[in-house]
Amino acid sequence: MPVTPLSLTGGAVAIGGRPVLRGIDLVVETGEFVALMGANGSGKTTLIRAMTGLRPLTAGSLELFGTPFDRFHDWQRIGYVPQRTGATSGVPASVWEVVASGRLTRRRLLRPLSRADRTAITDALEIVGLADRARDGISHLSGGQQQRVLIARALAGEPELLFLDEPTAGVDLPNQLALTSALGELKSRGATIVLVAHELGPLADLVARAVVMRDGRIAYDGAPLADHQVHDPRFGETHSHHHCADDRGRSRHDHAPHVASPLEGR
Amino acid sequence: MFELFTYEFMQRALLAALFTGLAAPAVGTYIVQRRLALMGDGIGHVAVTGVALGIFTGIAPTWTAVVVAVLGAILIEVIRERGHTNGDVALALLFYGGLAGGVLLTGLAGQSAANLQQYLFGSITTISLSDVYLTMAFAAVVILVGVGLAPQLFAVAQDEEFARVAGLRVRGYNLLVAVLAAVSVTIAMRTVGLLLVSALMVVPVATAQQLTRSFRTTLVAAMALGALASVGGLSLSALAPAGTRVAPGSTIVLLALAGFAVTWPLGAWLRHRQLLHAPFPALPPDATTPTESHEVGEHPHDHGPDCGHAAVPHGDHVDYVHGGHRHAPHGEHYDEH
Repeated sequence: MPVTPLSLTGGAVAIGGRPVLRGIDLVVETGEFVALMGANGSGKTTLIRAMTGLRPLTAGSLELFGTPFDRFHDWQRIGYVPQRTGATSGVPASVWEVVASGRLTRRRLLRPLSRADRTAITDALEIVGLADRARDGISHLSGGQQQRVLIARALAGEPELLFLDEPTAGVDLPNQLALTSALGELKSRGATIVLVAHELGPLADLVARAVVMRDGRIAYDGAPLADHQVHDPRFGETHSHHHCADDRGRSRHDHAPHVASPLEGR
Repeated sequence: MFELFTYEFMQRALLAALFTGLAAPAVGTYIVQRRLALMGDGIGHVAVTGVALGIFTGIAPTWTAVVVAVLGAILIEVIRERGHTNGDVALALLFYGGLAGGVLLTGLAGQSAANLQQYLFGSITTISLSDVYLTMAFAAVVILVGVGLAPQLFAVAQDEEFARVAGLRVRGYNLLVAVLAAVSVTIAMRTVGLLLVSALMVVPVATAQQLTRSFRTTLVAAMALGALASVGGLSLSALAPAGTRVAPGSTIVLLALAGFAVTWPLGAWLRHRQLLHAPFPALPPDATTPTESHEVGEHPHDHGPDCGHAAVPHGDHVDYVHGGHRHAPHGEHYDEH
């Protein structure tokens, strides 16, 4: 029987003293495709960062592949696609080079790329449909293509458990479809996938389980919901749209403590 | 005129310039990649205190400068990592503290500013044989680490969070880059001087990336350009007409900048051509301008299979691509996705 990839018990995270996540119990089994959903500020990005160890837990315990996080070193089993508006830095980098950095989990120091490394990089680029752009500079790609490069980088490490933070945010429809087919391919190979999404869009067909966050807690865990149900009042966001900003402003309750002035109430 | 190059002091200077020119851009590439182009300047200012400490105590200034510059670089890196809001202010405090401390210590040692000046603006032609060996050894370490660990250093500088989840010791690699930068600042201080050190780390990289598309070619080209500028600038200053005093540091930096000035228009033209190759995607024939408002009244028709807008099945309803986004009729109004 395969070991459980991810198990979080009683997880809590505080940022700057303010609790952001509380009492999170989440177990993800091998081969599951889980979508973390919820309104802005509900803690879904914090949760995925806690699961990758980027945010330390203030309480609770995290186990990856049956190993407590402090003793976990099998990083080649994990893939991570950060939430990112661009993939560029101060110096040009080719698509191939960025994807090749995903192989570092499996490479030893001071060794050149092996044949297996090169095959994995080429495979990853083919899965996201960018094999013909390998030699191009990454800054010459559109935002959606850059997002696909970041996914290819995670795929190059051949992870068993893949975390994606808002992979479809700000990505146009053709690129969303390309992303969906890449993730579908990965799912068919037996990978476990956890992703954060504000809205599933074309990904809806792949998602087998939805976890909806509200105010730092898990409000729903089960079969995927249609986009409209996620915005149910139970989950913290009333039915709201971009063009009725007025009533959204009034109806939304902010859970941040109200601070006006130190002399208030005297 | 060319007999100048047969003098031993000139040969020593050329050797030191060559190694410095190769090493400074090797670490400079990672610094530019992390958008910290002025970090070399900061370390240079802190190193002034190190040099003054050497003058004050009588220890060789090169050694005290290395120690103080490394400590300063580590401090800068820690401040950068911790400080979210006032990081650049804290760095500025460190720069001025380093410069003022250096001037104070030199004065206390009873030395004139002229003594400090050879470190501020370089004095490569007075470099001793032991300093040449030291420069070559330090430069070799910087080049070997900068090139040998390129995959790891590239990944950390490109995306720290990804590198952390990939199991790389991000803090260790960042400190390594800071220490390498401090070491190259100290070896370059004899060539171009502490106040111009950063130029040798940054300008060749800026020149190289005008024409390159990959990180590896940028790194190699920057090292080649750095070596070319150092050796060329030194030769130019040596060939200056008799009677004029031309500081090698200034010709080296100006030559590097001239390289940038020549390649920049070429780079701009190449980028322009690249844009022509990738035009905006063709819009659907009936796509309206993206500035339209979304009032119900503005829709001249109900969306349907025949309306001409691309239809996208979406959960329990169908969205229509329209004005750059998807939307769906919902009761009295439209949901925008």
